[in-house]
Amino acid sequence: MSRGDTDPARSVSAQLSDVPDEIRDFEDRFVEAAGKAGYEQASCFALRLAMEEATRNAFRHGHADLPDEPIDVAYDITPEIVTITVRDHGPGFDPTELPDPTAPENLARPHGRGVMLIRAYMTDVRFNDTGNEVTMTYRKPD
Amino acid sequence: MPRADSRLRINQQDGITLIEFVDRNILDEANIQQIGEEIGELIDAAVPPQILISFSNVDHLSSAALGTLITIHNRVKSKSGKLRLANIDPQILEVFVITKLNTLFEIHDSTDSAIASFK
Repeated sequence: MSRGDTDPARSVSAQLSDVPDEIRDFEDRFVEAAGKAGYEQASCFALRLAMEEATRNAFRHGHADLPDEPIDVAYDITPEIVTITVRDHGPGFDPTELPDPTAPENLARPHGRGVMLIRAYMTDVRFNDTGNEVTMTYRKPD
Repeated sequence: MPRADSRLRINQQDGITLIEFVDRNILDEANIQQIGEEIGELIDAAVPPQILISFSNVDHLSSAALGTLITIHNRVKSKSGKLRLANIDPQILEVFVITKLNTLFEIHDSTDSAIASFK
């Protein structure tokens, strides 16, 4: 099947600013590209959620002291695998030290579920040693 | 009075405040903050608050939206009120299950079932 001229790119590397409309447009193009690459609605739900949580974490935590600085976001969509990389320019964090948001004592806390949701929906999630870059892969279900 | 730019549809029925979302995607932080403020005002206006939030129009939400729902839950609880959630799409319900928030919130399949549970 040939792709039309208006199809969104399936391999993108970009800088993203903390501007709601810009983030929403970026996510919309990403999800549209995944849909046109054959990913079903449930997969697109997972991909949008992971992209949203990772970019939000980068801005809110990584760039807490860098509010005007953009983050680096890249994705590559093949018919079988989607790879997303989100990198901020902050000091990083240790993902192994995140409290379990499902523990009874944390259940009523309003924060701390983003990384957990990414891990739940993506096939593989890796942080770099500094903890300021996350690479997420999603394999299309059989 | 609802705000002119409200992100919510609000109705009152038998002392119950029924809330629906205008947006299909509850992802944007500014919108989520506004939603939290608006529902907070509704909680403060009701004694005791009986709040029913319907997700019938919602396709996506983020952990930020979950955080706001938890804050709403805590606020209703502090006023000895009742909060019910209803009409949650199966995909979004899975997010509640993964995070175990289905054990924190009282979730109903339908608006009718949720309304009946206030009695």
